[in-house]
Amino acid sequence: MFFVGFFFFLMNGFGKMFSYFFLDIAWWYYQYQRDKIEDELEMTMVCHRPEGLEQLEAQTNFTKRELQVLYRGFKNECPSGVVNEETFKQIYAQFFPHGDASMYAHYLFHAFDTTQTGSVKFEDFVTALSILLRGTVHEKLRWTFNLYDINKDGYINKEEMMDIVKAIYDMMGKYTYPVLKEDTPRQHVDVFFQKMDKNKDGIVTLDEFLESCQEDDNIMRSLQLFQNVM
Amino acid sequence: MAAGVAAWLPFARAAAIGWMPVANCPMPLAPADKNKRQDELIVLNVSGRRFQTWRTTLERYPDTLLGSTEKEFFFNEDTKEYFFDRDPEVFRCVLNFYRTGKLHYPRYECISAYDDELAFYGILPEIIGDCCYEEYKDRKRENAERLMDDNDSENNQESVPSLSFRQTMWRAFENPHTSTLALVFYYVTGFFIAVSVITNVVETVPCGTVPGSKELPCGERYSVAFFCLDTACVMIFTVEYLLRLFAAPSRYRFVRSVMSIIDVVAIMPYYIGLVMTNNEDVSGAFVTLRVFRVFRIFKFSRHSQGLRILGYTLKSCASELGFLLFSLTMAIIIFATVMFYAEKGSSASKFTSIPASFWYTIVTMTTLGYGDMVPKTIAGKIFGSICSLSGVLVIALPVPVIVSNFSRIYHQNQRADKRRAQKKARLARIRVAKTGSSNAYLHSKRNGLLTEALELMGTPEEEHMGKSTSLIESQHHHLLHCLEKTTNHEFIDEQMFEQNCMESSMQNYPSTRSPSLSSHPGLTTTCCSRRSKKTTHLPNSNLPATRLRSMQELSTIHIQGSEQPSLTTSRSSLNLKADDGLRPNCKTSQITTAIISIPTPPALTPEGESRPPPASPGPNTNIPSIASNVVKVSAL
Repeated sequence: MFFVGFFFFLMNGFGKMFSYFFLDIAWWYYQYQRDKIEDELEMTMVCHRPEGLEQLEAQTNFTKRELQVLYRGFKNECPSGVVNEETFKQIYAQFFPHGDASMYAHYLFHAFDTTQTGSVKFEDFVTALSILLRGTVHEKLRWTFNLYDINKDGYINKEEMMDIVKAIYDMMGKYTYPVLKEDTPRQHVDVFFQKMDKNKDGIVTLDEFLESCQEDDNIMRSLQLFQNVM
Repeated sequence: MAAGVAAWLPFARAAAIGWMPVANCPMPLAPADKNKRQDELIVLNVSGRRFQTWRTTLERYPDTLLGSTEKEFFFNEDTKEYFFDRDPEVFRCVLNFYRTGKLHYPRYECISAYDDELAFYGILPEIIGDCCYEEYKDRKRENAERLMDDNDSENNQESVPSLSFRQTMWRAFENPHTSTLALVFYYVTGFFIAVSVITNVVETVPCGTVPGSKELPCGERYSVAFFCLDTACVMIFTVEYLLRLFAAPSRYRFVRSVMSIIDVVAIMPYYIGLVMTNNEDVSGAFVTLRVFRVFRIFKFSRHSQGLRILGYTLKSCASELGFLLFSLTMAIIIFATVMFYAEKGSSASKFTSIPASFWYTIVTMTTLGYGDMVPKTIAGKIFGSICSLSGVLVIALPVPVIVSNFSRIYHQNQRADKRRAQKKARLARIRVAKTGSSNAYLHSKRNGLLTEALELMGTPEEEHMGKSTSLIESQHHHLLHCLEKTTNHEFIDEQMFEQNCMESSMQNYPSTRSPSLSSHPGLTTTCCSRRSKKTTHLPNSNLPATRLRSMQELSTIHIQGSEQPSLTTSRSSLNLKADDGLRPNCKTSQITTAIISIPTPPALTPEGESRPPPASPGPNTNIPSIASNVVKVSAL
């Protein structure tokens, strides 16, 4: 810029000096604005460190070694130490390339994020995993109830169940056999409610849920399916 | 599935517990973790530099050298480490790829050395991260061009074998250095272009007086000589154009190209002049046409690389220049209007109208200042000086910007096009990876069926077939299988989906066998063709790999109903989904047996993976002989 401006000045006299001056000023202003933006960005980077290994080992059902493996994987994917919903959705979507896993990931995220802060720390992550993989049947069912209860009011109503089931069906994608029909989720929800809602009042409470699940052998067996995941 | 998130697979599987209460059917069994060993550190010794990493880190990418069993070839028993006799610098990048999931390209590295290393470690360059991908592609293209130039110059010296006469001619036209004749032709045409241009110029020079008349331009004085020269040049140009037209590989494309249009425009006026008589009306137009003869100078661009580059850069800068012109026009109009109204009052003013003021404005703004039009009123002078000052800014300001913009915009245009093309390529890569992983699942589902069927037969040599998918893959597939069970629907690929849609829409199965069979073997042939793409050999490899032939074979099988081929069809029908097997047209007994023996549709499966047929032992006893062709199944 300077070179061209100077050259121009020499060749064309005093009047042309304005052009290089003007350009200079414009360039400086642009740089200044850019630096401001960069400063703002830096302040939003957050870093979180989890509690000590012993504490986590005491709080969860994992051994030290398992916690180490878990943390390594966690930290690799989320170097800042927390997962936000976007990252969570992206990670979860990788496992389901056929369809759209974002809604289910959204509900899952809110089930993990017990304190509703909008981000999942390693402790939350490990606590939830501990329940799901090493917890008692009771704990697992309670966690699942919490997942289905979207607004966390202690009851599951048909709309919440509809949302959850729709989200699960979305993960299947378009290319399924038999072809997914519009009311398949609704039918599924009706079957579910028939089974779970003991007093037919249109909502499922925690006790109804626990009771109905414990009656169903299939569900009991499938809850034990992931015992050896770690 | 991107292997980087393999660490999160336990979490995804745990989250699947959320589906359990919703599911109506029982879930498949989880894959057993047969060789569960603790994660260990392994040492990689690359030319003396030791790298250490976890075993699981390397196993994230099982289709590379370090992630597969291929690295066992490099295991050194004495030192208990893996020794690679390769470049440690590049290995750093490779190992970082395993660690972070992103492959970077170091700028100081030579592109071909880097490519060699990637090829050695079995890593595709396409997965280079977006941060480095542009740089990599640029370097690669430069290198390829350099190599191509070298090859070209080599090729030019050696004689090219047996090109047709037409192709030789075209080569001669495009690269004059290929043969002496081409070079001669090149220089002759260049000479005649120069002669033609000089003739046009000299024609108009006053040549001295003929006694008794006014001064004539040379063209009219020696009109015959000039006419002969002109004719000769046009002859040469016409012959050249026709020869090029004849030799061009694609005549249509040649006719549309810029150079040929210039050629035509250069010689047209002569022919039009020949055709037209000395008609008074059209002679004016004829004179105008002669102006086009100056286009002959553009023919030089074939001879000059620089001219071509200039033309190209102007073309790519066209939008910037256009904007400059537009802003200039705006300024001119504003100032011309102001000057006109300022000078309106003055008597004998040259500013007779606004368009007349345009001339003054342009001359002033470009600081030319001819002085043929000057303002006389005070207001006019004030505005005139403002005009000239702003002219400096408006004209002088963009010029250095344009000058420096030439290279910037040129590269930016290239980069934007590159980025667009790369974005398309990147999306295609992502799509391919996605379909790859979904196909892997569908593929392994069929293989799972196959494996189970074989295990039930009790054939021992098939055991290794099921092991080929890594543990992570099998766990992932188990997860997808659970989802299928939860929703009571199955994943299929696009082709089958469309086939199913088509079949459900056509109510009546056609009476002829082939169409329905073509959908039937279509399923198997898609399996087979996909398998053949993934370099697998299956018992169906007895079925020819090409679609058409297998379709015909199967249809003939149905018609003949013979023993041996029906084995293969029954084997292939094992790969089908249960419902698809129910084809009313299948009349052959063996076929129907095999199909019926596939148990009920997935919704009613009694238990997990043990779904496939306890098939009738009769047609299937010969399977082991066919199955011995099995080599290896590799997913993805």
